[in-house]
Amino acid sequence: MNPGLLILVVAVVVAVAFGLRRRRVDGRFDDRFDDREPTGSSSSGEEPAASRDATAWSSVTAALPTAELGQQATLVQFSSAFCAPCRTTRVVLADVADRYDGVAHLEIDAEEHLALVRALDIRRTPTTLILDAAGNELTRAAGAPRREQVLAALPATHPEN
Amino acid sequence: MTSTTDLRTTGQGIDPRGPRFTASVTLVIFAVALLLSESAPGVAAVITGVQAVFFAIGAGLGVQKTPTGLLFRSLIRPRLSLPTELEDPTPPRFAQAVGLVFAIGATIGFATGAVLLGQVFAGFAVIAAFLNAVFAFCLGCEMYLLGLRLTRRTA
Repeated sequence: MNPGLLILVVAVVVAVAFGLRRRRVDGRFDDRFDDREPTGSSSSGEEPAASRDATAWSSVTAALPTAELGQQATLVQFSSAFCAPCRTTRVVLADVADRYDGVAHLEIDAEEHLALVRALDIRRTPTTLILDAAGNELTRAAGAPRREQVLAALPATHPEN
Repeated sequence: MTSTTDLRTTGQGIDPRGPRFTASVTLVIFAVALLLSESAPGVAAVITGVQAVFFAIGAGLGVQKTPTGLLFRSLIRPRLSLPTELEDPTPPRFAQAVGLVFAIGATIGFATGAVLLGQVFAGFAVIAAFLNAVFAFCLGCEMYLLGLRLTRRTA
């Protein structure tokens, strides 16, 4: 086989595989976090994030002292300038925060807060963290989440009347 | 902190199908260059060189100003329905700059006889252009944050 053709075929196969995988995992809130931070104990997907995350919100406030935690939950979104899906995510999360009592949306420019990005191990934008009332990280999603995905991952909340 | 700027009213948004059309053409250009690279590396170098010029225009002046951007605006967009939403032109413009690096690498490879090097650069360009054209996914944009994390020290 002509090496040029071979490289072309390999590149297309890699692109299709990567694209399909991304389409599947993008915006999904899952136990990604548990894989990243093995706690040693059993990782039953139900379990909220490890105790170390008591610092998730404290890391945020260290970088953004004026940020306010939502009474029920906080949607922390990391964005960057060269990121088309960040805009979609902003619209979805702002809408959820608007409609549900005690849910706050905080958008953080990843580029301006690289120390925080490293502390929370943010790898790409958009990444959305869902924090509980105490500021612990419950779950996170990389890529633009759909509205239903956000609602399903939120701790019990009530729509505003 | 949710200052939603409506690109429709500011007039700064672009039709997201424009950059995807551009990526489709880019994909074809790199595919042709790869297929010719073995038998006619000189021709492949010219093709990727032309693509490098397109990328340079896109990175320097904006994606709307590239030949494919102009073609999309004058011939294709009038035949399509109105876009459901507009997109910020900054991410695709950044992607053009990333593409430029790969196009230059491929051109140097094909032109100097380092054909395999040229093919590897062209192969990565095919991956990125394919993801953009088919999945509307901007690989260069995603690498941006990782690049910052790896290279920039925190103040």
